[in-house]
Amino acid sequence: MSSILSNEKIKAFLLSILIFVVFVLLWQAIVSSLGGEAPEMDPEYAALMGATAKGASAIPSPGDVGSEIWGHIADPFYDAGPNDKGVGIQLAYSVGRVSIGFGFAIVVAIPLGFLIGMSPLIYRALDPFIQIMKPISPLAWMPLALYTIKDSGISSIFVIFICSVWPMLLNTAFGVSTVRKEWINVSKTLEVKPFRQALTVILPAAAPTIMTGMRIAIGIAWLVIVAAEMLVGGTGIGYFVWNEWNNLSITNVIAAIFFIGMIGMLLDQVLAQISRLVAYED
Amino acid sequence: MIDEKYISTQGLSRVFPSPEKLGEPVTVFSDIWFNVKQGEFVCLIGHSGCGKTTLLNILAGLDQASDGYIIVDGKEQNKPSLDRAVVFQSHALMPWMTVMQNISYAVKSKFKSWSKAKIEAHAQKYIDLVGLKNANNKKPSQLSGGMKQRVGIARALSVQPKILLLDEPFSALDALTRGNLQEELLNICRQTKQTVFMITHDIDEAILLANRVILMTNGPNAKIREIVQNTLPDDRCRNTVHRHPNYYPMRNHLMDFLVARSETFAEEISRSDYDPKNPPIVAPSANLETEMESENTTHISLV
Repeated sequence: MSSILSNEKIKAFLLSILIFVVFVLLWQAIVSSLGGEAPEMDPEYAALMGATAKGASAIPSPGDVGSEIWGHIADPFYDAGPNDKGVGIQLAYSVGRVSIGFGFAIVVAIPLGFLIGMSPLIYRALDPFIQIMKPISPLAWMPLALYTIKDSGISSIFVIFICSVWPMLLNTAFGVSTVRKEWINVSKTLEVKPFRQALTVILPAAAPTIMTGMRIAIGIAWLVIVAAEMLVGGTGIGYFVWNEWNNLSITNVIAAIFFIGMIGMLLDQVLAQISRLVAYED
Repeated sequence: MIDEKYISTQGLSRVFPSPEKLGEPVTVFSDIWFNVKQGEFVCLIGHSGCGKTTLLNILAGLDQASDGYIIVDGKEQNKPSLDRAVVFQSHALMPWMTVMQNISYAVKSKFKSWSKAKIEAHAQKYIDLVGLKNANNKKPSQLSGGMKQRVGIARALSVQPKILLLDEPFSALDALTRGNLQEELLNICRQTKQTVFMITHDIDEAILLANRVILMTNGPNAKIREIVQNTLPDDRCRNTVHRHPNYYPMRNHLMDFLVARSETFAEEISRSDYDPKNPPIVAPSANLETEMESENTTHISLV
């Protein structure tokens, strides 16, 4: 059985490599075919564009992007002024903001979710607000945050908070309200006090659902932080992407996209591991 | 001195709101009166839908009676308590806890000041009592149905309750496992003189375990039809019980009730002086000369 499984794994791995190679070759082919004579161009614009106007394609080749990524990995934490920081520093800023905003969201969403899940009255009372707040793009809060908080860093943390709080709140409330009646009954017949019941019965029973909410939240938070940092500027991977776009360094933009994907996957994997710890088989 | 009315239900009834809007409310059962002696094993038999589980939940304090009272050991009861432990039909073990943790959780709830070592030693005693070996660190999902129910029984007994309430605990088990568990439960209860109230729809289970069997008519508006005194000897065991001359009179009486008489209650009482406070007591026996249990005991002979 295990040999069949590992056989499948090897096959899947080889297929992944094949897909990657085909993708890189296609990319290379497209870049090469675009590399001909540049179309007629306004001379002033050509002067402005520099090298790209002289026939070379603006789209970098896979080799260019690969060596750029390797360069970033080799020296991730250099700091040469506000517009030239290593990608490691920029990612650290973004991950830091996401962690703080996400942390605050946990502190608010889980107790509130418990309350909503345990009390149908509070659930009904808060439901209209949640339904209206939930579909608002977190970036729509940005001007309001900048105006009231008057600090761009804290504003982006607030935006992360507001986008991660809803999935956690709703999943916690759902998890708590669907805890099996019989487990509650057991704790009742054992005269377990409400606080101990919440901690020892409801929390472990709802933990897998709560963790699902957290995984959704961290995914959204990582999507939103890039856009938020593009808006507020200064530091962070979102700012890095926008800055490289302004520098017309498509190579760096693609490298940054790669790093955003990698960190997003890592964040999800960390939460997936925690989910496995609290999972139970019924 | 044995308390004759250790558990006493006085005119219990339960009315549920109608499932449809503006419909009539549904009376599941009404005017339920019975007593359980200290140390007695009482089974309640009835068809699905007669409110057996509702009645047990009310006894456990998990549901509220619409009318009537429950007196246990001289005190009125209306909320759950550690005095009344429940073994649930679906075992209701916490799936994220191991066997030891499940039982320790109950022990800790009862004996709050005990040290961890003392709690575990006490839990271990009950794990051993129900014959669970090498299962302490297993999660419920790793256990068979019979083993899960053993854990459920150990958890209920570990809080040393005044009353053990069992809600069809063996109905989901295969016949062999069920038989073994019935016998072990009987032995444990005999040793500890535990007062037990058990719901079942298995006639053989009731004959083996119960001192008295309460027969409930079909719902809605179910009533106690009669109380059957077990006429088999107290030291009965599963392997030999069916050879006793009183076994078939007992079995046939209960079977007749479930098959036919549970439905025709309204007709039957119109022909007799039925008093819900004193439902008829019946002692089915092969021998008419058997000593009378009480004045209104009816003896039924099938020979």
